[in-house]
Amino acid sequence: MSAVATEYETVIGLEVHAQLATRSKMFCGCPTTFGAPPNSQTCPICQGMPGVLPVVNRRAVELAVRAALAFGLRVNPACRFARKHYYYPDMPKNFQISQYEEPLAEDGSLELEVDGAPRRIGIQRLHLEEDVGKLVHEGDFATALSSLVDYNRAGVPLMETVSRPDLRTPEEAAAYLKAFRAVLLALGVCDGNMEEGALRCDANISLRPRGSTELGTKVEIKNLNSFRNVQRALSKEYAHDYRYFPEPDLVPLQMDAAWVESTRAALPELPRARRQRFVSQYGLPAYDAGILTQSTALADYYEAAVRAHPANPKALANWITSELLREVDAADDTAIARSGISPARLAGLVLLIDDGTISGKIAKDVFARMLASGEDPAAIVKREGLTQVADAGALEALVDAAIAANAKAVADFKSGKTAASRAVVGQVMKASGGKANPAMVDRLVQEKLSRM
Amino acid sequence: MRTIHELTAAFAKGEASPVGVAEDYLARIGALDDRLGAYLTVTRDDALAAARAAEARYRAKAPLGPLDGAPVALKDVFCTRGVRTTCGSRILERYVPPYDATLVERLKAAGAVILGKTNMDEFAMGSSTEHSAFQLTRNPWDLARVPGGSSGGSAAAVAGGLAAGAFGTDTGGSVRQPAAFCGVVGLKPTYGRISRYGLVAFASSLDHVAPFALDITDTALLLAATAGHDPLDATSVDAPVPDYVAALASGVKGLRVGVPDEYFGAGLDPEIDRAVRAAIDVLRDLGAAIERVSLPTTEYGVATYYVVAPAEASSNLARYDGVKYGLRVPGGKDLIDMVSRTRAAGFGPEVKRRVMLGTYALSAGYYDAYYGQAQKVRTLVRRDFEKAFARVDVLAAPTTPSVAFKHGEKSDPLAMYMNDVYTIPASMTGLPAISVPCGFNGSGLPIGLQLIGRPLDEATLLRVAHAYEQATPWRQRRPELS
Repeated sequence: MSAVATEYETVIGLEVHAQLATRSKMFCGCPTTFGAPPNSQTCPICQGMPGVLPVVNRRAVELAVRAALAFGLRVNPACRFARKHYYYPDMPKNFQISQYEEPLAEDGSLELEVDGAPRRIGIQRLHLEEDVGKLVHEGDFATALSSLVDYNRAGVPLMETVSRPDLRTPEEAAAYLKAFRAVLLALGVCDGNMEEGALRCDANISLRPRGSTELGTKVEIKNLNSFRNVQRALSKEYAHDYRYFPEPDLVPLQMDAAWVESTRAALPELPRARRQRFVSQYGLPAYDAGILTQSTALADYYEAAVRAHPANPKALANWITSELLREVDAADDTAIARSGISPARLAGLVLLIDDGTISGKIAKDVFARMLASGEDPAAIVKREGLTQVADAGALEALVDAAIAANAKAVADFKSGKTAASRAVVGQVMKASGGKANPAMVDRLVQEKLSRM
Repeated sequence: MRTIHELTAAFAKGEASPVGVAEDYLARIGALDDRLGAYLTVTRDDALAAARAAEARYRAKAPLGPLDGAPVALKDVFCTRGVRTTCGSRILERYVPPYDATLVERLKAAGAVILGKTNMDEFAMGSSTEHSAFQLTRNPWDLARVPGGSSGGSAAAVAGGLAAGAFGTDTGGSVRQPAAFCGVVGLKPTYGRISRYGLVAFASSLDHVAPFALDITDTALLLAATAGHDPLDATSVDAPVPDYVAALASGVKGLRVGVPDEYFGAGLDPEIDRAVRAAIDVLRDLGAAIERVSLPTTEYGVATYYVVAPAEASSNLARYDGVKYGLRVPGGKDLIDMVSRTRAAGFGPEVKRRVMLGTYALSAGYYDAYYGQAQKVRTLVRRDFEKAFARVDVLAAPTTPSVAFKHGEKSDPLAMYMNDVYTIPASMTGLPAISVPCGFNGSGLPIGLQLIGRPLDEATLLRVAHAYEQATPWRQRRPELS
């Protein structure tokens, strides 16, 4: 078996459908809000009534162009919609308005890192289309006596991107999806909410002998709608005849070159560039920079904290990656705002450590209180009397008491086991309730033991 | 039989009342339509309510414009809110749209009194109105003959005095041909000139909203009230709408009229040939320069049309599946079976024929040979016209190769299709074209003169048609119905 496994490689291509963050649908004025009562967000157009006509949502085109430029795709000077036919009751017209031979953009790539190694995954095309409705079956699909159709989602604008078959492992596929999502979020093109279906992924998977450049028989896995919950519904892709033809109700979209360029110029900093800047500008390790740029909100949070306390960007990064992200999901763009700790307050906490007001250990307690109450760290420290004891006289008394109580440690120290001083330091810290300045205690203990 | 401009002038002077006139038309429909079969639905209450509103405006000396109170009919292909819209099909027999077509909105805004919805070939597929799932429509000039189609109900209503004006749709000739058969004016404007929003689609790239009228002035009024950009139709043209009525009286002196050789070949009824040539002589006498032109791709028109139109129809009609509205045939063993049974029972034979043709033409492996090739031919046909319009201002030709035929006479689909040979080229190119009455054959059946113009140049078409109409007596003669 292992011989077979080494001779073949997996070839994966991903088709990602991203719901564009527009207020209205692709071809009518209905709202796109998620979770509304069934069919409450529909009109004759998205219900496919006789006589209706589609009109292109300009905002959807703008967002798709923004994404196309971010992935380095060539925005075609003209593109065209096409009808894709198949009978299914979730599709009101029994055809879907999509793009076929003349997509909005072609030939780009997404750069990502897998296990620290950079990878460039080709993106073949990007096109616009409308979503379909949702079927609700009465019981199990096969035995259901009736099915209900909810057209709220029908006509919602989708942007489909088709990657080249450049992915080799499930890990790469996941990395692609994460990096892809981060770019869309940074652009404001899609809210990225996979639970609500705003980002859906189909995978085309095939096996081929290692070294071969031809693709094997393709298997399509539909609706990988979360990173974790990969549906097991493997199905062979049938050769559908969708009878595509140019949508006669819409004229070809002409892309004004100057407008495309101004859109390109207005693109925000993308996650990858931001990560590199975090490394060079703030001296962060690449790993930390990667975590902090997972979402625009998180990266913005970090930079706001740095602005509030510019002297120690590394410590701020540490507090975010090791403490804050234990409490909130880095991938959830809105969670950081709901944590209750503003960037300025986190910066205030690090400042209290850096100016010696509190110790790092006390700071963790203060952080826990901040999470619970959202209070200002300085106010917590003041009220709880957590200010570090840095008065030499007071510390000296504590050190003397600790030495007197630890004859064994003193003896060990004298016999050359200098590490024994730590037991004394620990004793002092404990006696001070953690408020003693650790550096001063350490110095005093060393001095006194050496003199004995 | 009074024209719209005569009626509304009488309303303005207080010599006639919109309610009285509406009642007269409704009474005439009640008396005659059993025989004529023009209407599928008569909207009596709505019509009288609209007439009363118009009457109040005239009394207040504030009519909405030259259509206020005008009694008109609509082909049953235009969506009317709250009024069933059948498209002449069983599958939409009980379908009541939740919205008004843009055309309907504009007519209502102009004060028009909508009398009802008229019969048509099912989904506008046909040239005789015999493909209606519901009833035959008879030609007011000879009840044994067809009114033409697919807008036969609207043409018969106007010719028979059951409406002062009407709207139909022209996809391959479906307004011009019935206008010629019924002795009224039918104008297919430039593609995109009148919004298609709410027109139940047959072939999207060919469908045109088009008025019928008793004379050219009324035609100009109906066009002016309904033309213009509509944000709900992406193919509607965003260009200003000229004052068509004001331009009518300019005459034809100095205009160049082209006569395309290919429209006078074999298959043309000699009586029509004579009548149309006589009409061209009238234009010459009025001061137009007549010139022979050639449109060599004319012979490919019908074949090309019967690829494009069915292909688009097969797509547009896919939505009638029994799921959301219209007919549903129960008892299917599963969804596919329900859809199949519904479509089998809901569509008539001509619709099925075209859906099958179109599905085939769009299938993988055939697309390039059929739909793709047909679109290329359309480009060639367009170039033919561009060349001709480099030399002439309008083209003059027959509207149809024959006069109105008898019910059941053209049972062979291909013979029926060939009746559209002269109207199809303007449909495929989207050029404006009008059919104007230009005489009668020996049996007293009307003949139509077709004028084809440059894109968006309806004004010139109407001007030439008006000069011809004013110089000839044809509009005085009306069918005897009693």
